[in-house]
Amino acid sequence: MRSHFAGWCVALAAWSFPAAADLSVFATVPEWGALAQELGGDKVKVYTATNALQDPHHVEARPSLIARARGADLVVATGAELEIGWLPLVLQQAGNPKVQPGRPGYFEAASVVALLGKPARLDRAEGDVHPQGDPHIQTDARNIAKVAVPLAARLTELDSANAAFYQARLKAFMDRWSAAVVRWEQQAAPLKGVPVVVQHKAFTYLVEWLGLKEIAALEPKPGLEPTTAHLAAVLETLQKTPAKMVLRAAYQSDRASQWIAERAKMKAVELPFTVGGTDGAKDLFGLYDDTIQRLLKGAS
Amino acid sequence: MFRLFMLPCACALALSLALPARAADPELDEIRAQIRELKSSYENRIQALEQRLKDAEAKAAAPAPMPAAPSSSISAFNPAVSVVLQGRYANLSRDPAKFALAGFAPGGEIGPGRRGFSLGESELAMFANVDDKFAGNLIASLTPENTVSVEEAYGLWLTAPYGLAPKFGRFFSGLGYLNEQHQHNWDFIDAPLAYQAFLGGQYANDGLQVKWVAPIDQYVELGAEAGNGDGFPGNARSRNGAGAATVFAHTGGDIGASHNWRAGLSYLRTRAQDRDYSLADRAGNDAAVAFTGSSRVAVADFIWKWAPNGNAHDTSFKLQGEYFRRVEDGDLTYDRDGTLGLTRTASFTSRQSGWYAQGVYQFMPLWRAGVRYDRLDSGSVDYGANAAFVAATDFSPKRYTVMLDYTPSEFSRFRLQFAQSRTLADVTDNQWFVQYILSLGAHGAHKY
Repeated sequence: MRSHFAGWCVALAAWSFPAAADLSVFATVPEWGALAQELGGDKVKVYTATNALQDPHHVEARPSLIARARGADLVVATGAELEIGWLPLVLQQAGNPKVQPGRPGYFEAASVVALLGKPARLDRAEGDVHPQGDPHIQTDARNIAKVAVPLAARLTELDSANAAFYQARLKAFMDRWSAAVVRWEQQAAPLKGVPVVVQHKAFTYLVEWLGLKEIAALEPKPGLEPTTAHLAAVLETLQKTPAKMVLRAAYQSDRASQWIAERAKMKAVELPFTVGGTDGAKDLFGLYDDTIQRLLKGAS
Repeated sequence: MFRLFMLPCACALALSLALPARAADPELDEIRAQIRELKSSYENRIQALEQRLKDAEAKAAAPAPMPAAPSSSISAFNPAVSVVLQGRYANLSRDPAKFALAGFAPGGEIGPGRRGFSLGESELAMFANVDDKFAGNLIASLTPENTVSVEEAYGLWLTAPYGLAPKFGRFFSGLGYLNEQHQHNWDFIDAPLAYQAFLGGQYANDGLQVKWVAPIDQYVELGAEAGNGDGFPGNARSRNGAGAATVFAHTGGDIGASHNWRAGLSYLRTRAQDRDYSLADRAGNDAAVAFTGSSRVAVADFIWKWAPNGNAHDTSFKLQGEYFRRVEDGDLTYDRDGTLGLTRTASFTSRQSGWYAQGVYQFMPLWRAGVRYDRLDSGSVDYGANAAFVAATDFSPKRYTVMLDYTPSEFSRFRLQFAQSRTLADVTDNQWFVQYILSLGAHGAHKY
């Protein structure tokens, strides 16, 4: 009880006497939290709403998210309807006009990337489809660079006093990042044309980037549970067109991919999908280092 | 390309010329077969090459994908529209027309609903930003009796100062936990008995609501409402001022990645004018009575949710409970229509309470099972001088409910529910329900 009281006092004090004018960033998913941290350094305070073991489609507008959105200066979301189920509700309840869509305090990463996988038929019979295209853009490392530039510009706009700081951080990050992308592409050269199966259609950008060949998806329709009938059909396809591995994101259950991997004599590969998804994916660089290592291991 | 294509043709031609098909020599046949094979193999390869070239050309010719330009048609400003379809089958061992909660004045929509097949409320919702400051939401309910009712119709002021979130129009009150949620989002087909007894099912206000979230990391939400107070336990009165006032406070948060919770306290104050109902008096007659006075309801609510790492795909659990207490003070008119010739008005006071607790466990993807326990306490009811005609009961209504539901996708759900309801002394109603809920259109919100 006493510690609770102390906690309240601290909270109240923190509220009445705001400390340094750090930008408070609310990131919906870990990759944008990590990117904001890379670009903002100690000038930003980043809160990440979800972790790598959660399905970003299925999050609830829970109390802690509303409280954090209330104090945020900048909301960094993926957009393209990835957070459609919860972010609008969080923003509506938070009572923070600064971070409403359309304001400088609201940034959507998918708005600066050309989206792939736009559904040919917009119908829920096709599953939980995203009308604007596949929102999982972070599986292609080049997209991180595409997002970094406008995100740094947004930080500069909101905190112009530190403009030089953000620009310097952006330049340093982009130098390191382009070198890393070259390295990843070299490392991933043997993956070109490697046939893979995906559990959820979440790796469109990765497949495109590294030149993998997506043979099938375990989910009959995006967002629907793999059914035995569909898995059997995938297995039949695999007997004709074998694949090297089945890919799934760290937040997904391994049951379906283990089942098919055993029967189709391929490897089940768990990819971090975002920062924190595996032990190796500690930061943005680790995310792709680990992703490519795991893919190479799966293809060998 | 041209050369590549010409080469095998020329070879084939040269070969066929060099080896005219004159003799039916088996050797010649073999050669011919080989040529055919060669030809078809080259043709396949050329086709593959041509296809690759076409693909490359298409790729180069395709303009760099641009963000889609917004459609210029007037329909581009249409609001987000969604529809919820519901239906059910009920098997009730007691006639629902005789439903009553012993010791509690009835009001609003109470009881288990009709027997057999019936359509539930079909809900039509529209939401959009009005302009740069406001958003509007309309939720209409099309009832199975072919009437339309406005469940909610409110404006939201999105850019209000000081972190205030004002809402105005008709809305479900922020009272308690379940009240703000629409019935199709509930974990059971019907409202807890406490909601039925104290709020007539669900409490809506026509008026103004202001919510405020404290700008600290701990979630603290305070809210106040002023409304016309038409809803039970109040009723429509001709007055200029607010007929009902509500205040509430919520707090909550995360405990690690796997647990989160919310707790709240709410208080509603309203008045009733000649709120009439009928009850059985000491002589066994159905007497018409009317209450005039103040009604105050206090609610404490709590919910705790668990999912491993916050990922509710495979398993999850939620536990929720609410406690209600209502105090009514005023006058009760006995035999108000004079049928019994005994019309008399006397003071009336009641202090009653009720609660429910429920747990819902998702034991595998798509499947959930839940249990709920409801209990009401008739408390102390003082009829004053009318005690000569009317007796208070000390029976405590209760209900046990279990349910199983299956959610094939985020947009559909099927539920089986069984309840054993004892809301009157010596009466047990066994209630079986089968329900479906289908959501169409705009993606629904994952409300906590």
